[in-house]
Amino acid sequence: MRLDIAKKAAAVGLGLALLAGCGGGGEQAADGPVELSFWAWAPEIDKVVDKWNADHPDVKVVVSKQAQGDDLVTKLMTSAKGGNPPDLAQVEFQALPTLVSNDVLADVSEWAGSAKDKFAPGIWDQVTLGGAGVYAVPQDSGPMMFYYRTDLFQQYGLTVPTTWDEYAQTARDLRAKAPDKFLGTFSANDPGWFAGLVQQAGGSWWSVDGDAWKVSVDDAATKKVAGYWSGLIAEGAIDKAPMYTPEWNKALNDGTQIGWLSAVWAPGVLKGNAEGTAGKWAMAPMPQWDPAKPRTGNWGGSTTAVTAASKKQKAATEFAIWLNTDPAAVEALVTVSGIYPAATSAQEAQAKPPAFFPNQPDFYTQAAKIAGTSSGFTWGPNVNVTYTAYKNAMGEAISAGADLVPALTKMQAATVDDMKANGFTVGG
Amino acid sequence: MSAVLVEDRVVTPPPVRRRSLVSALGALPTVVLLLGAVYCLFPVAWVLVAATKSTGELFSTTTLSVGSSLVANIGELAGYRDGMFWRWMANSALYAGVGALLSAALSGVTGYALAKYTFRGRTLIFNALIAGVLVPAVVLAIPQYLLMSKIGLSDTYLSVLLPSVVSPYGIYLARIYAAASVPEDVVEAARTDGASEVRILGSIALPMMVPGLVTVFLFQFVSIWNNFMLPYIMLADDGKFPVTLGLYTMLKQGNSVPALYTLVVTGSLVSVLPLIALFLTLQRYWRIDLLSGAVKA
Repeated sequence: MRLDIAKKAAAVGLGLALLAGCGGGGEQAADGPVELSFWAWAPEIDKVVDKWNADHPDVKVVVSKQAQGDDLVTKLMTSAKGGNPPDLAQVEFQALPTLVSNDVLADVSEWAGSAKDKFAPGIWDQVTLGGAGVYAVPQDSGPMMFYYRTDLFQQYGLTVPTTWDEYAQTARDLRAKAPDKFLGTFSANDPGWFAGLVQQAGGSWWSVDGDAWKVSVDDAATKKVAGYWSGLIAEGAIDKAPMYTPEWNKALNDGTQIGWLSAVWAPGVLKGNAEGTAGKWAMAPMPQWDPAKPRTGNWGGSTTAVTAASKKQKAATEFAIWLNTDPAAVEALVTVSGIYPAATSAQEAQAKPPAFFPNQPDFYTQAAKIAGTSSGFTWGPNVNVTYTAYKNAMGEAISAGADLVPALTKMQAATVDDMKANGFTVGG
Repeated sequence: MSAVLVEDRVVTPPPVRRRSLVSALGALPTVVLLLGAVYCLFPVAWVLVAATKSTGELFSTTTLSVGSSLVANIGELAGYRDGMFWRWMANSALYAGVGALLSAALSGVTGYALAKYTFRGRTLIFNALIAGVLVPAVVLAIPQYLLMSKIGLSDTYLSVLLPSVVSPYGIYLARIYAAASVPEDVVEAARTDGASEVRILGSIALPMMVPGLVTVFLFQFVSIWNNFMLPYIMLADDGKFPVTLGLYTMLKQGNSVPALYTLVVTGSLVSVLPLIALFLTLQRYWRIDLLSGAVKA
């Protein structure tokens, strides 16, 4: 009987051997050109990379499309721990400190330092994390702007708000004239959006003080923003349904939402979510807290980073710089992948407005001007924790009909606790 | 006593009312099951309807009004990144088909051994398996990834196939099934006739266990087909992605780009078709064998 078990085991082993035959195809060739693996999510970025491959037969970049989001940060960290991360990865600005503190990303200042003057200082600071190292090359940014339906604004006799007081008043006026419509919504699902509003108000959630981190997710500016939106929600002046849901898409489509506080990339989203409203939208600068000193925040934006485990860091950095500063490459990123470039010269070079905004020929001239008013921001090593806390605490407050300001205390506590648990020194 | 009995006999005749009460009670489970069916089938109906809508229609027309672009959507899906979707479907078919087949084979052999042979450590092995049933596969994904990278197998087809082959639940099911459907007498008779153990397993026991193994195959096929976490962690190359992961990359393209909702919805519909087809074909087979597997007197 033992023998039979052994025979069975052998049979299973044979099956596995057969299996091995069909797996593991396409391992890298021993000689020949250097091959770089690149994880990215920007649409059609493989077409942009093809341009590099056509001109650089000795360094071949292979794109693997991934799903964007916090999960990708986890996946990158896991693959780094397993010892086989890609050579290059698309990384959002706010994920850089997390990845750097986990030793996932390489310091490429040796090769990328000279790219500094191609970017606005506020953008460049985010890839250096305020130190001497360079951990990524900026790819795209998302300066925030206000989008509104010109036809409906005209129909209800509204003017474009330039301050937050005017925005509140416009929201109320709209509700009075058309009780089923909203000027906008407060989304408990989009922490990146809220962080952008906080940046505009001059908030600062993390800062480095010597060897210690200083965390102030509940600082005065953030409280001001949360309090402002609490008031609007309480009086029913704006909607409180989250963004990026089918309901929200429908509301953009049928004009229930006639405005959207978004970022420069909004035309692409509107085209996908509200195709029927083409040509009816216009873009304006964000409403301001202090009209004398116009500011904006950033929602989204990403970089191209080189991993610490890559054995071809120099070649990888050269590619990252090419992708984000070479005029032809950036042009392709803009037209093919639909991103808003982080490189200053490329921002100014955009002549034609987005196809969804044919009525606003100076869209990109204005956008570049607004991008110039972006506030800097230091991201901490656990933005994902703060973001999750935002979704929980804000979601709870909204469904309970409560004030949003106390939610900030919960976000602060969650952020500090997590940092301490992970061995960071957090100062008062 | 007898008087009571007689009385009882006299009283019992009008069973009509009782029967109607019974049938009313009997209808209750049917109603509950119908509600359950609607609850389960409505999302499927939604996907079916939504797949016929164009991007413009998806968020602007009434939920259950049928659109006109099903063919266009499928065409667009087929054209997405030069037919990437079909590659993902083929990958899923490979992972689920090969994985479930091997899993059923492994479960059958192991289940039979655990049910029909007495050897030292049998209970221990079986208890360990039961414990394995209780550990969700998701929890194991990251340790499995680290193991796979250590032996250089991460980002290969094998890295997803191997963990899918071993299914504690499948083995458990096969053991129970072997114990119930393969009579000890038959095995003994075969032994007396001089059949080798392998022959008994191959020609007598396994055929009797087929309905149980079909069940294991179906369970494994569905769970591998729907698996997300394991391939998500294991695979880096999008050319090896199964369809679940592929659709996810289409959905999460960053907030600066609209998700390809129509394509994802159409893709979800297309991706459940093989499961439905499999169930419909194997179900018949399943029933026949439940009957023919019994010992004939």
